[in-house]
Amino acid sequence: MRAVTWQGRHKISVETVPDPEIVNPRDAILRVTSTAICGSDLHLYDGYIPGMRAGDIVGHEFMGEVVETGAGSTLKKGQRVVVPFTISCGQCFFCERQQYSACDNSNPSETRDASELMMGHAMGAAFGYAHLTGGYAGGQAEYVRVPYSDVGPVVIPDGLPDDDVLFLSDILPTGWQAAVNADIEPGDTVAVWGCGPVGLFTIQSALLLGAGRVIAIDHYPTRLALARKYGAEVLDYTEVNVREALDEMTGGIGPDACIDCVGMESHGFALDNMLDHVKAKLYLGTERPHALRQAILACRKGGRLSIPGVYGGFADKFPLGQLMEKGLTVKSGQTHVQRYTGELLDMIRDGKFDTVSLISHHAPLEDAAEMYRHWHDEQNSYTKIVLKPGLQKGTIEAVQAMEHA
Amino acid sequence: MTYFNDRSNPDPFLLAAACVGLAAAGIGLALWQRHRNAEKSAFPTDAPHWTKERKSDRALFGKSLLVNRPREELFAAWNVRRFPEFMENVVAVEEAGDGVSRWTIKGPAGREVTLVNRITEKVPGESIYWQSTPDSDIANSGEVRFADAANGRGTYVSLILAYEPPGGTLGRLGAKLLQREPEVQARRDLHRFKQLMETGEVTSNASPSARSSENPTQPHI
Ligand SMILES: NC(=O)c1ccc[n+]([C@@H]2O[C@H](COP(=O)([O-])OP(=O)(O)OC[C@H]3O[C@@H](n4cnc5c(N)ncnc54)[C@H](O)[C@@H]3O)[C@@H](O)[C@H]2O)c1
Ligand SMILES: [Zn+2]
Ligand SMILES: [Zn+2]
Repeated sequence: MRAVTWQGRHKISVETVPDPEIVNPRDAILRVTSTAICGSDLHLYDGYIPGMRAGDIVGHEFMGEVVETGAGSTLKKGQRVVVPFTISCGQCFFCERQQYSACDNSNPSETRDASELMMGHAMGAAFGYAHLTGGYAGGQAEYVRVPYSDVGPVVIPDGLPDDDVLFLSDILPTGWQAAVNADIEPGDTVAVWGCGPVGLFTIQSALLLGAGRVIAIDHYPTRLALARKYGAEVLDYTEVNVREALDEMTGGIGPDACIDCVGMESHGFALDNMLDHVKAKLYLGTERPHALRQAILACRKGGRLSIPGVYGGFADKFPLGQLMEKGLTVKSGQTHVQRYTGELLDMIRDGKFDTVSLISHHAPLEDAAEMYRHWHDEQNSYTKIVLKPGLQKGTIEAVQAMEHA
Repeated sequence: MTYFNDRSNPDPFLLAAACVGLAAAGIGLALWQRHRNAEKSAFPTDAPHWTKERKSDRALFGKSLLVNRPREELFAAWNVRRFPEFMENVVAVEEAGDGVSRWTIKGPAGREVTLVNRITEKVPGESIYWQSTPDSDIANSGEVRFADAANGRGTYVSLILAYEPPGGTLGRLGAKLLQREPEVQARRDLHRFKQLMETGEVTSNASPSARSSENPTQPHI
């Protein structure tokens, strides 16, 4: 089959590789129909995630048709399913508490040691995301093996197009959990850093969960326009002093909840971020947490900080004293996708979310290398890319509705 | 929005040098602390004995895991006949009667090693102890314990092993490099036992890659 592979920093190639096979009774094999590129894939692309090996098949946001099932799978051939990016057994201590991304069985015995050493405890597993989290092949491919297929995959009713439901695999539940973790109270002001796909779903979720207003921060006009379309007030951090603006918009107290949807590769020319850049280049640091630092300083006393943005290790100049003195509550983590997919599918069917207007491009799987380049270099015009294994090479479809923004 | 002022803008290279220096000082301090701890008389702690500093020719290994299944079920499953299901390096186990079993295991550098172990005590539902016989290639002894975890969380399974490192310390280092070190094996086997008991299968990341050395049905690191 054809599959998108990671070959090194800024090197993605589409290769012919063996087809996946059923290895355990609970497995299923999917023929992938749609698979998206994520902001998390950018961290891999930029070489910020340790534990990648040349030749790894990437991709953790995908859906498709069931073509083969093991004896213990509850899926049926021909069913259309969306697969959570987190691989979870459903039966360990963590899965029973719906902390699916912390599953204690999905990361195989052979690959646990590294993350146990780094994090104190072995991490759970994910598709297409480094050997620290299991080393499973991802779904940017024609076919993919899905372990524990009786627990994760969401069966999609007929009549719902791929674009409506694909994001149940990651960014919709991630935005939802980010807002849930902000413990929003009616009328709250919620500030969201980053208007990428995760931020855009966080904005929609925060409003659905009762926020009085959402203030979204980014610097790309197209992304800010989408944020406004979904109901947020917007700040372009290249135009305004973000902390001053937030204070002035909240009568001096600051937002009740701050959500970091940026992660380890903050943009901007603030002094702290320039230093982080230098250190990352010299391998002296792994994070550029400029947005997170700003969020902590901006948040109101006794407020809440939710961090869906991904970080990988030890952050430098972390404002710990500010966090403590202001009495902030912090919630974070990889998304417990399986916990939310049921209710979110219902909400999609009820038209509560706009899941399609952030998609800027559909492209053939064969053009993945070029698409990664665009996703990295042109974040203004590429707001979300969906790869299609079926499309002919070269038939890239820009979704027109986006162009005016 | 800077919240550290310009005069504290440090040169990144100086910063790097300072970091290295700090790290060295840290290691030194830790060694000194350990030395001091060894000298002072120990206050009795409640930590499992295998986590304490030990002086013995035998390498001691202990690991506890929370397994989300009832104690009796796990005790019943800890049976030599099922070992090859979750002990990756165990090729075969033959029962020789009288609680003695003969294990063929993969050793370092493609060699096979035979262990001959006798169960010396079995407390139903709670623990099993064993001791190697003189014709075992590696002298070893061990125990596995099953204890209820509070609030219906399942069972703490503890595996404690002591063994004569094959070929002394050097053999152990060699085996470690090849990941055939008995304690690495034991830790992973115990985790595979947990996977098998909780999920009904041993987790595998077997899947395709663009590395020609790999096969989509075999797990890889
Ligand atoms: N927790 C999870 O399970 C989970 C799941 C998916 C993604 N993520 C993470 O969420 C983060 C966002 O994902 P995405 O797909 O939206 O990525 P993305 O790269 O498309 O979006 C990030 C956005 O942040 C903006 N940004 C950068 N610096 C900023 C700053 N200083 N202030 C304000 N905005 C800034 C960028 O302009 C960009 O629009 C990533 O770190 C990703 O890895 C986490
Ligand atoms: Zn993602
Ligand atoms: Zn689990």
